[in-house]
Amino acid sequence: MNGWAMTLFRRDISLSVRIGGSALVGVLFFLAVVTVIPFGVGPDLNLLARIGPAILWIGALLATLLGLDRLFQADREDGTLDLMLMAGRPLEVVVLVKCLAHWVATGLPLVVAAPLLGIFLNLDPVSMAAVTATLLVGTPALTLIGAIGASLTVSLRRGGLLLAVLVIPLAIPVMIFGVSSADAAIHDPMPFMTPFLILCALTLISAVIGPVASAIALRFAGD
Amino acid sequence: MAFWDYANPTRFLKLVETVLPWLTGLCVIVFAVGLYLGFFVAPEDYQQGATVRIMFIHVPAAWLCMMCYSIMALSSLGTLVWKHPLADVSAKSAAPIGAAFTFMALVTGSLWGKPMWGTYWVWDARLTSVLVLFIMYLGLMTLWRTMDDPIKAGKAAAVLTLVGALNLPIIKFSVDWWNTLHQPASVMRMDGPSIDSSMLWPLFVMAIAFTLLFFVIHLMAMRNEILRRRVRALRMRAASAAHPGTAAATAQPAE
Amino acid sequence: MDLGPHAGFIIASYVLCAITVLGLIAWVRLDQAAQERALKELADRGIGRARTGQDSKS
Repeated sequence: MNGWAMTLFRRDISLSVRIGGSALVGVLFFLAVVTVIPFGVGPDLNLLARIGPAILWIGALLATLLGLDRLFQADREDGTLDLMLMAGRPLEVVVLVKCLAHWVATGLPLVVAAPLLGIFLNLDPVSMAAVTATLLVGTPALTLIGAIGASLTVSLRRGGLLLAVLVIPLAIPVMIFGVSSADAAIHDPMPFMTPFLILCALTLISAVIGPVASAIALRFAGD
Repeated sequence: MAFWDYANPTRFLKLVETVLPWLTGLCVIVFAVGLYLGFFVAPEDYQQGATVRIMFIHVPAAWLCMMCYSIMALSSLGTLVWKHPLADVSAKSAAPIGAAFTFMALVTGSLWGKPMWGTYWVWDARLTSVLVLFIMYLGLMTLWRTMDDPIKAGKAAAVLTLVGALNLPIIKFSVDWWNTLHQPASVMRMDGPSIDSSMLWPLFVMAIAFTLLFFVIHLMAMRNEILRRRVRALRMRAASAAHPGTAAATAQPAE
Repeated sequence: MDLGPHAGFIIASYVLCAITVLGLIAWVRLDQAAQERALKELADRGIGRARTGQDSKS
């Protein structure tokens, strides 16, 4: 990785884990969502084991969406975004690096927390591993797709809810293949690898579309 | 006159004035013919009975909610690539119409599904895709409403429209896949009955009528949008004339 | 014309579609009236498009 990209990456990481950053709030939110769902559907352990992967995925989706509105907004408020736009570096790469840093700070903790939360949901070890693997592959896609929404709503003062509305339809494919490959690992004639590989493909596609589209949007928001 | 000449909003408005009465008249006539064919000429389907008549509005509405999104995607390309001044006007005024047609397709589909499938809603691939499309239309409309600068809003919405256009086939594919996985054991037929030609005609005429209706409303909405931007520009100019120096920086070009 | 046992569904779908279409048309017409009123108001205040050359020059 180039020097400037590494610097940007380190800067974003340290901004999000220090005081004022919101990296760990995402995990807390994830825990809260997963905790509240058994109160809604009842404490039946068989049911929870069946819908457990879906619960974890929905929790991860919501937690990712929650943190996304600050992806570019803080940089815009203090003027860093304008400097990045003027710096002459390819903005697509800047967006990609920022997404990567954001994912390491907020997405990766979700992946790490998922097996622990799986215990609450009565998941067996195989499905726990499957859910963790799909989250590991799938949450970057959520961040990258969400970057589009974050850059579109960057100039709005209260863009968080609108961001979620704009991003959720685009995140449906990731959701579908994430949950189905996790399900396929447990109890299906379906092989695990088919949906899992499609999920990987979706992540790669969004690694292209996300940075390009949000770089375009950021340039328009900047001028 | 070349296509590019209509980039001028004033000339476009003149064109709308001449075309609109004819288009409206034609639309009314085709609607009358289509409804007549649908209700008095077309026979009842031997399986669906009279409920097949819902198809005469459901299918055109479903076809138009796709066409409307295609027009919006083309307009977004026009905004981003060619910077055509009318492109984002077209995209913005198409979104509510598309949402309305999608709503119609969903409602008539449910009302057809209740007597035919026994339920108002199934999480079938096609229905789910249209529901997602509906959410996307509403999201785009909201994005337009929340940004007060029409130029910036147009560009943001254009990016989102194009990303959505890339994503819609993926969504369709994944919902199809998901649906085969969760195929419910119900009585619904996925393929649908093959359509007799006596029913194809009213369907065809109604599709033309809906398309004409779309273009009539779209042209009217585009005219409104041009007028709205004119009002906005005039107000800005008035404000900057009243307080020179302060408001001049934010004034936008007229259209 | 006999709509069969499901007449209610057929009528409901046609009525709802008609309402939606009429709603669209009403939205367009009301919007048009509002914009034209605003333009007229501006013109009355002397801010109108007196210099018509401004828009047809491009």
